[in-house]
Amino acid sequence: MADNQRIDEPTGTQTVGHEWDGIEELDTPMPRWWLWTLYATIIWGIVYVILYPAWPMVNSATEGVLGWSSRGDLQQELDARDKELEPIRQALVAGDINTLYEKPELMQAAIEGGRSAFKVHCVQCHGTGADGIRPGSGYPNLNDDEWLWGGDLEAIEYTLVHGIRNPDHSETRFSQMPAFGRDGILSSAEISDLVSHIRVISGEEEQSASATRGAALYESNCAVCHGADGTGDRTQGAPNLTDAISLYGIGRTSLTNTITNSRYGVMPRWGHRLDPATVRMLAAYVHSLGGGEALPAATNADEAVAEEAAGDQAVGEGGKDVQS
Amino acid sequence: MDNLVFRAGGWLVLAALAFMAMALAADGGFAVHMGIITIACLIVLWVTVSKADYGAIARGIIKSPADPGIYDDEPIRWGVIATLFWGMAGFAVGLYIALQLAFPVLNLGLEYTTFGRLRPLHTSAVIFAFGGNALIATSFYIVQRTCRARLAFPGLARFVFWGYQLFIVLAATGYLLGVTQSKEYAEPEWYVDLWLTIVWVSYAVVFIGTIVKRSEPHIYVANWFFLAFILTVAMLHLVNGLAMPVSLLGAKSYSAFAGVQDALTQWWYGHNAVGFFLTAGFLGMMYYFVPKQAERPVYSYRLSIIHFWSLIFLYIWAGPHHLHYTALPDWAQTLGMVFSVILWMPSWGGMINGLMTLNGAWEKIRTDPIIRMMVIALAFYGMSTFEGPMMSIKAVNSLSHYTDWTIGHVHSGALGWNGMITFAALYYLVPRLWGRQRLYSLRMVNWHFWLATFGIVLYAASMWVAGIMQGLMWREYGADGYLVYSFSEVVSAMLPMYLIRALGGLMYLAGAAIMVYNVWMTVLGKLREEKAMTETPHNEAADKPIVAQPAE
Repeated sequence: MADNQRIDEPTGTQTVGHEWDGIEELDTPMPRWWLWTLYATIIWGIVYVILYPAWPMVNSATEGVLGWSSRGDLQQELDARDKELEPIRQALVAGDINTLYEKPELMQAAIEGGRSAFKVHCVQCHGTGADGIRPGSGYPNLNDDEWLWGGDLEAIEYTLVHGIRNPDHSETRFSQMPAFGRDGILSSAEISDLVSHIRVISGEEEQSASATRGAALYESNCAVCHGADGTGDRTQGAPNLTDAISLYGIGRTSLTNTITNSRYGVMPRWGHRLDPATVRMLAAYVHSLGGGEALPAATNADEAVAEEAAGDQAVGEGGKDVQS
Repeated sequence: MDNLVFRAGGWLVLAALAFMAMALAADGGFAVHMGIITIACLIVLWVTVSKADYGAIARGIIKSPADPGIYDDEPIRWGVIATLFWGMAGFAVGLYIALQLAFPVLNLGLEYTTFGRLRPLHTSAVIFAFGGNALIATSFYIVQRTCRARLAFPGLARFVFWGYQLFIVLAATGYLLGVTQSKEYAEPEWYVDLWLTIVWVSYAVVFIGTIVKRSEPHIYVANWFFLAFILTVAMLHLVNGLAMPVSLLGAKSYSAFAGVQDALTQWWYGHNAVGFFLTAGFLGMMYYFVPKQAERPVYSYRLSIIHFWSLIFLYIWAGPHHLHYTALPDWAQTLGMVFSVILWMPSWGGMINGLMTLNGAWEKIRTDPIIRMMVIALAFYGMSTFEGPMMSIKAVNSLSHYTDWTIGHVHSGALGWNGMITFAALYYLVPRLWGRQRLYSLRMVNWHFWLATFGIVLYAASMWVAGIMQGLMWREYGADGYLVYSFSEVVSAMLPMYLIRALGGLMYLAGAAIMVYNVWMTVLGKLREEKAMTETPHNEAADKPIVAQPAE
């Protein structure tokens, strides 16, 4: 060491004797706690590489005394979960989906599974609250009892499995509204009258001359699908026009756009992407959100009654109170 | 004169070549970059020609000072200004992208201003432009002082500075234009990589050359760290940058590695960019400025040797911990984790040596805001080098990875350690480099200190909360064993944390703005009239002799 070693006064420690630009170094020993912690981590490291996969060899690596692997670990967790779910999945796919109505426990299990699957596959369009993100977004709100293609378990499952307007799939739910304006079937003045009429029967506007002209146009152009009274037809996904619920919005601009260009909304089919049990879970979850309907047989009777009542009201009060 | 014509001609030819490359470019990004290089060549040409007329003015830019009795500080003064300039740019972009995360409308619907392009602009601006300029400037300052020798190859040292600025401009514009090889912290494409290689090798030549011609018998510890930083970064850059360009007139290239090998090479690079750029390099800075500002000897020579070599040996293996639970084989993940955990104490050696150097000068924390900055820098260094090994443990990593916890970790290191030690070093350097009696204002340094400290605390704390919340929400299972939250619900839950983070960033930026003003006024030679930071207490009432009272 250099000759200019000295004792540093404030610490009482000897310096090493080097000096650079006025900087000296003390000859303090390494802190013991520091050194022992370093040794401890090294010992821990040695133990760890014996226990776990560590040393690369020619073709593979040492597997470790514990035989642990990250893939094996994951597989174990997945297997345990699969084992847990297997009875529920089997019970779900056994038989008709309508049997779920009589099995409240299985229904509840399916709803919970569906809730989770919905968060992965469905929220992108329908929103985390299943409310279609916002009114008029083009994505249906699944919380209400307004259904385009039917709201009982079987109908929802069919929609899920086959999708809506999948051109490459013959069983898909399909219908196509004409583009009345673009294809020159109606003039823009006629479309404006039609919009007035629809807004009258949905309770958005007061009766007007334009709406009266629109009623005649409706009769000849629209009633065949949406029905004479405008309550729609689920067999072809024709929406009910007499309430304020609308997929693309009920404002004049939006309705004009719909009638002029048509919409052609598409939902992917999930039958070839998800297993049947998951699809049933999703159907049960969507059914549980608030608008789920009972068995189809019972529904028909209910609907007939409801339609009669709605029709009476519409005649009596100009449809003003038919909003849901 | 012949020499001048020859050199001017050379620059003109280079400018013409770059212009032709621009005209023939296969893509827009490459064309813009060649345009920038053309302009750079023309500027150098103009400087070369005008030097003949205004030799005295240009001497400062091209040659070292004529007086061999003083250190060659010109490139260091530029480096200080460049550090501040790029720092402000990098912090401002950081604040902007923090706000983009809270308010997506700030993406402005333009490809050039999307988060995806501004985020690497921010990271590279603060790491390589702010941090890199600080490292080059302080290493040139320190190596001269601790070797008692002027910079070797003064012309090359100036080339390093300007060449590095050109690299920064090319990298930064590349991000905005979408020119990227998609490797984190190594985004610039092949031709910019080649340019950086030339600059970096020149840097190594100047630094090592100066050490070789030193007048001191030994090499100071700060220079060990700078050497490790320069050599390792060169190696990392060369290996990770290996790529095959699609066309010599186009920006696009393909990496020499594929799949998980590419990922491992990238994170071997990425982690050591942290280890050797942001740790070893800044430790070099710390080892000079802390003992100088504290006017105390370094705490332990032995500790500095052991922690230097163990740090250098261990850091290079730690990269695979960025790829836990991926396609990377288990043995490599083990390697990354084990070396990271053992790295804990070697990292802390630097903190101990820095903090304990204050032994015998602790009262300066009360009186000297620059020392205060150094202490907080070392404290954050200690925190993040504990947090790092902890996060590399697989069980912890399974919660923290891909969450904002990582962002919080990086920023407690970057804002706390790298930022604060750089600010302290610059405050030390500015009066000395410009020959001023003292800084314009010490009280402003104090303001900077508190704004930055509170900013970091808000930033790191909000990101810890956000990250842990995010990790827990992602893995939250309900009673039936199904995941509870969708991804978008987790995103919505983060908003308050994102707002707090942006506020922290704003405070940090505000502190840096005060620094820019303070440095600017110091360079202008002004002194602020202000109350001293501390005054020795004086009690007028007690300042009198005790008058003897008659005994009873």
